[in-house]
Amino acid sequence: MSNYSILLLSTILVPLLVAIVLLAAGRLPKGVTQFLATLGFFFPALGGLILWRGFQPVDATGYDYLTSLPTGLEGLGITLKLGLNGLSMPLFFMAGVVGLAAGIYAMQSRAERMQQYLMLLLFMQAGLMGVFASVDIFFFYFFHELALIPTFICIGVWGGRDRSSAAMEMTIYLTLGAMLSLIGLLAIYFQSGAESFDMISLKAAVANAPITGEWQNIIFGLLMFGFGILVSLFPFHSWAPRGYASAPTSVAMLHAGVLKKFGLYGFIQVAVPLVPAGAIHWQGLLAGLGLAGVIVIGLITIAQRDLKEMVGLSSVMHMGYCFLGVACVSVLGAAGVVITMVAHGLTVALLFLLGHVVYRRTDTYDMDDMGGLVKKTPALAAIFSAAVFASIGLPGPGMLNFFGEFTIFAALWEYSRLITAGAVLGVIISAIYGLRAIARIFFGPPSEALEKHLAENSVKDITTAEKIPTLILLVTMVVIGLFPRLMTDDMQRSLDANFQSIHSGIEQLAFEEEESEQELASISHPHRQ
Amino acid sequence: MNWESYKSIADTNLWSAILPEFVLVILALSLLLLDMFGGSKGRGLVGRVTMLGLLVLFVLSLTVLRDNLGYINQTTFSGMLLHSDFGQIMRLFFLASSLLTAYLGSVFLKKQGLPGTEFYAITLLVTASLMLLSQSNNFVLLFVALETVTIGFYVLVSYNRDRSNSLEAGLKYLIMGGFSTAILLMGIVLLYGIGSSPVLEGATAHSLNFSELRNFLELNSDNLIAKVGVLLVVAGVAFKIGSVPFQIWIPDVYQGAPTPVTAALAVSSKAGGFAVLIALVSGPFKPMADLLIPVLSVMAIVTILFGNIAALTQQNVKRLIGLSGVSHAGYLLMGVVAMFTVPSAQNAIVFYLITYLLASYAVFGVMAHVSKRGQDDAQNLGDYQDMLKESPFLAGVLVLGLASLAGIPPLAGFIGKLLLFYVAFEAELYTMLAVAIVGVVISIYYYFGWIKEATFRIWKLPLLEGEEPEEPREWPEVSRTARLTLGGLALLALLLGLYQGPLSSLIG
Repeated sequence: MSNYSILLLSTILVPLLVAIVLLAAGRLPKGVTQFLATLGFFFPALGGLILWRGFQPVDATGYDYLTSLPTGLEGLGITLKLGLNGLSMPLFFMAGVVGLAAGIYAMQSRAERMQQYLMLLLFMQAGLMGVFASVDIFFFYFFHELALIPTFICIGVWGGRDRSSAAMEMTIYLTLGAMLSLIGLLAIYFQSGAESFDMISLKAAVANAPITGEWQNIIFGLLMFGFGILVSLFPFHSWAPRGYASAPTSVAMLHAGVLKKFGLYGFIQVAVPLVPAGAIHWQGLLAGLGLAGVIVIGLITIAQRDLKEMVGLSSVMHMGYCFLGVACVSVLGAAGVVITMVAHGLTVALLFLLGHVVYRRTDTYDMDDMGGLVKKTPALAAIFSAAVFASIGLPGPGMLNFFGEFTIFAALWEYSRLITAGAVLGVIISAIYGLRAIARIFFGPPSEALEKHLAENSVKDITTAEKIPTLILLVTMVVIGLFPRLMTDDMQRSLDANFQSIHSGIEQLAFEEEESEQELASISHPHRQ
Repeated sequence: MNWESYKSIADTNLWSAILPEFVLVILALSLLLLDMFGGSKGRGLVGRVTMLGLLVLFVLSLTVLRDNLGYINQTTFSGMLLHSDFGQIMRLFFLASSLLTAYLGSVFLKKQGLPGTEFYAITLLVTASLMLLSQSNNFVLLFVALETVTIGFYVLVSYNRDRSNSLEAGLKYLIMGGFSTAILLMGIVLLYGIGSSPVLEGATAHSLNFSELRNFLELNSDNLIAKVGVLLVVAGVAFKIGSVPFQIWIPDVYQGAPTPVTAALAVSSKAGGFAVLIALVSGPFKPMADLLIPVLSVMAIVTILFGNIAALTQQNVKRLIGLSGVSHAGYLLMGVVAMFTVPSAQNAIVFYLITYLLASYAVFGVMAHVSKRGQDDAQNLGDYQDMLKESPFLAGVLVLGLASLAGIPPLAGFIGKLLLFYVAFEAELYTMLAVAIVGVVISIYYYFGWIKEATFRIWKLPLLEGEEPEEPREWPEVSRTARLTLGGLALLALLLGLYQGPLSSLIG
């Protein structure tokens, strides 16, 4: 096991261990808790950075830092196999950064029983790092589910209004999605004949002998709805805005920013490469639902008064772009999805964070009760506007979002021009709600409620403490936005490898079908080659 | 019978092969002596002696007696008993389960002011019978062992005889139990009669013996009377595992029985039923696959749906856990159906039972601890409010136990469900899998509903003028033993979800 592999393993273990210490140690002094938690959040982010800098895949699998540990489930072909490839590397890094920002912000919040809160967040963080570091699809699933109970309890204990039913709705939806995906993943395992849950072996097995066409359709169907529900695919999205609106800010940042990307990552890394014919079979429906997500949810977002719910809905809407990218079943589309995932993860976490910073100053999320805040908080207004511009995908702060969405549109153009035209409308929609939010919060005359509130309380501009997590997210976003080649070169290598096997797989499948047809009809005609 | 055959029977009476059961019975009897002659001091020791005895037997069975003194894969007592690896695991299972029952008893009985000796003695006898049950190779022994278990439970269920709830539960259990015994016996008699009918090919004088019966059924799987007999036996066992349509007794009996007894009913009795079912399906009833697969499949599907849907609206936690136990029986039945085509499904069932034991006793342990002195135990969901704030340890154990029952990673219950789904997929039981998924999703509502009660912050209306603040509920002190036991169970449920190494022989 190389040093880097140990580092990869410890990005998962350190937050987990800190969480266990916080759980088991009884009541610790505040300083110790904060120190330990900072360590738990800082380590994955730093590890992600170091691993990215040293990332050099050598062999044809496209993976680096491969390592595997026995678990006791070897009989089922399951080992704890970790590693990163060009697709998971940027997401792994993004998970570390968002986790760091969310953790720092959580420590500033005035939550009761801070130790328990940080403990649960650290469990989530360990799961998040594990999702993107897993090469074994069982553990990929397992780490995602690790976050389910902490999310539920965090929302219930530290959440806002409606938290009880929102947490329940979210958990039921997420379990449904997880169960469908689990059966889909089991089906992949059995049908591929690889005798292993390891993605590399599965890809090799499928490249040799693709799964039969009928099973591909069933498996992709299961995964499409399973992963889809987990990513809030329209019309299974209702849990997302409600859940995020009632979740504490750091949980919303982690969930909407990182955890939700599990499903999309599953599409790109598992579903499309392993069952490509199934993907092509379902691509029409997936594109339709994705487009509906962009347009319908976009329009609903415009109508929101609640800032947090608006951000939650906008994240559902942006997931629509990602589904469109997946539906293209092409290298370009998949690349666009990964870039958008990284960009959106950072952006939406930033928006949730800033939304709460605004809330601290106005004591309400209702945008009708705000206005004219720019006079009191000019710096906050500037940063908030930058975040919104990023979310819309305007070049500048939103360079990365722009690249991602543009790549998806370019890929979509090859698939269907009509859908592309519809999807581009989404950019206008997100400009409308984004700019209107800025206008309603920071400009214009202050509402009566806000004036009263301002008269009674002294409102300061964004504080240095609040700036730290904000700038971590903003700077990461801008730097990757300016140098997207940091991720795209490695990504392309991995995607090319994936799609090469996809094309050979589909050709082989078509060839086999043709052969069987020939046998049936027993007509001989020259091979199409 | 001539002299020679008596001699051959005597030769197979190897008492050392059933050493643990033997010790348990002697221990049970000596408890009664201790109670009679030991005075109040001796009476106080009864619980500890029981737990110590069970613990020692468990450890010995795990180590020295792991291979049952060499009597493995052979029959003793002229074919009455078959000692197998499966039997050894189930013996350990029942010892562990009874040890925990005895521990819960020691917590619960003291609070309720109930006498202890009979409880412990009967628990030990029930344990011995369950252990024999899981090794039985003959319908006579199966029936006798199963009846000893049931009669023991008749007493235990109505143990709290000052409380009408408990008596009502005992009566209901007695009537339903008698009914199911009659059905089971009818089935056995039919099989005995048809199996020794000289007109039929393969008839045997020993048609109560599992292997002889299997040979007979292989030749006569279309015989109507044989089919009816098999169905009646399965119906009798279905009562024990609490699967539809024999689940009707569960909510009332679970609610009325003292908490440790409910736990034993939920875990030991259910596992006993499954041990019988596994022995039957892998043995004598294997040739009846064409008949049993559809019957058991329908039972599994209806059981999963009924258990989960009925548990949805329960406010009483004992009824809730009872009905959710019905749904667990359904998932396990799915594994039993898979056994016909995939024999390794047996391991998945055993693993699931082990995870079920850990999680159930964690939850029941919390229930026994929060019960109030001299009153009925805390049975309403509302009684668990504010638990996380007031008693974080118990709340943590409860959350882990419930989440494991719900099958959420990283807990053992998830691995159990995964293994069952795995074998079901291997056996191509797609419809049942779909139903099981629906069941799991439904179950989230009530399991997490309970977690919600215990952990979520609740808004209280500000007090009106003249309104007295509510008396704060007293939360029990958690003793060190309790921390060790319950914490250990919860930790095992977690560790077994993360690392399954020690049980890897059960996997794959």
